Amino acid sequence: TTIVGVIAKDCIVLGADTRATAGPIIADKNCKKLHLISPNIWCAGAGTAADTEFVTSMISSNIELHSLYTNRKPRVVTALTMLKQHLFRYQGHIGAYLVLGGYDCKGPHLFTIAAHGSSDKLPYVALGSGSLAAISVLETKYQPDLERHEAMELVKEAIEAGIFNDLGSGSNCDLVVIDEEKATPYRGYSKPNERATKQSKYTYDRGTTAVLKEDIYKFVTVQDLDEMQVDV
Amino acid sequence: MSIMEYNGGSCVAMAGKNCVAIASDLRLGVQSISLTNNFPKVFAMGDKTYLGLTGLATDVQTLYELFRYKVNLYKFREERQIQPKTFANLVSSTLYEKRFGPYFSFPVVAGVSNDNTPFICGFDSIGCIDFAEDFIVSGTATEQLYGMCESVYEPNLEPDDLFETISQALLNAQDRDCISGWGCVVYVITADKCIKRLVKGRQD
Repeated sequence: TTIVGVIAKDCIVLGADTRATAGPIIADKNCKKLHLISPNIWCAGAGTAADTEFVTSMISSNIELHSLYTNRKPRVVTALTMLKQHLFRYQGHIGAYLVLGGYDCKGPHLFTIAAHGSSDKLPYVALGSGSLAAISVLETKYQPDLERHEAMELVKEAIEAGIFNDLGSGSNCDLVVIDEEKATPYRGYSKPNERATKQSKYTYDRGTTAVLKEDIYKFVTVQDLDEMQVDV
Repeated sequence: MSIMEYNGGSCVAMAGKNCVAIASDLRLGVQSISLTNNFPKVFAMGDKTYLGLTGLATDVQTLYELFRYKVNLYKFREERQIQPKTFANLVSSTLYEKRFGPYFSFPVVAGVSNDNTPFICGFDSIGCIDFAEDFIVSGTATEQLYGMCESVYEPNLEPDDLFETISQALLNAQDRDCISGWGCVVYVITADKCIKRLVKGRQD
């Protein structure tokens, strides 16, 4: 996995690759690693896929309840505190490594959270197996107050460094840009690894496979008639 | 030996044009000792929602019974059949409930929704969903199945062609796996019917 986040002028940009691995096998070539916490807070996840998925959706639910209870738009530090206290309670056994970003009443915020519950607050961050490739791009090219499109291109470049230089990352680059108004997700912002069309087909002729027994279950559609249509 | 390879067995699902197919082998064994050639790993969870379970056989049966129970309760409460996407989320949360003592099984869900769109997905043992548009593989012949599917599969196949494709993918993959095989069962699900076929396979 490669995930990154940067603070730009009046917005936050989060990015992720789309490769999911099971050991050396690519389990999913186009998975989603950008998770919604609330309309103004998003989270990129690396580590144990199920843990990032569930910890993120659980905190998302609790943030929604919290903002209903307090009648306020959720803050990024609230999500940060809820996530890190949950992860610390599990002593690192919940393998979620997260980049948390959002825009609230106090402006743009960006954090990383490690599985043991520690967190960092930085202007640009990278996590996952491709973080070394990604951070090298950010270290050379990041500057404060980047324009929105400049930040998006920088994040794309950092993710692509992970995609091409880290074996654990690959396929496409997803982005989400969060500003004061709203969050805009870009699913497949760049697709540098489109599959080439096959030169020939390997389809089997019908009847190739020997069938020993065949059972057919036909479905019937039962429809309740509207009362008006029933003749008495 | 790994607990996931104790009993052996494989499963594969594919999406076609307004249809899906799901297939599994029929072997149950204890490591290299085969016990039966009549142990299906694909179960109906509704008319057009099917569940494939590979891995440790005791967990395959436990999970099947658990999901049958949950789906029956869903039917009573909602007075309708469960949709594949809803069922996938039920599988996911049920598996994650056992995060630190998981079921040793990699489930596969395949089905056709009410609006006739095909749906397939796979899971790891703790409930992370792998949504796929093409195919899902699971079990001890995973690597062989990936090889077969990646070369043989193509999108938008008609039900009859999808049957040939999924059958040959599974048949040829399990012939390169010692602990999968001994025949297989293939379900092809369309909007108006489901066809179950027992397919002839090698008995060694």
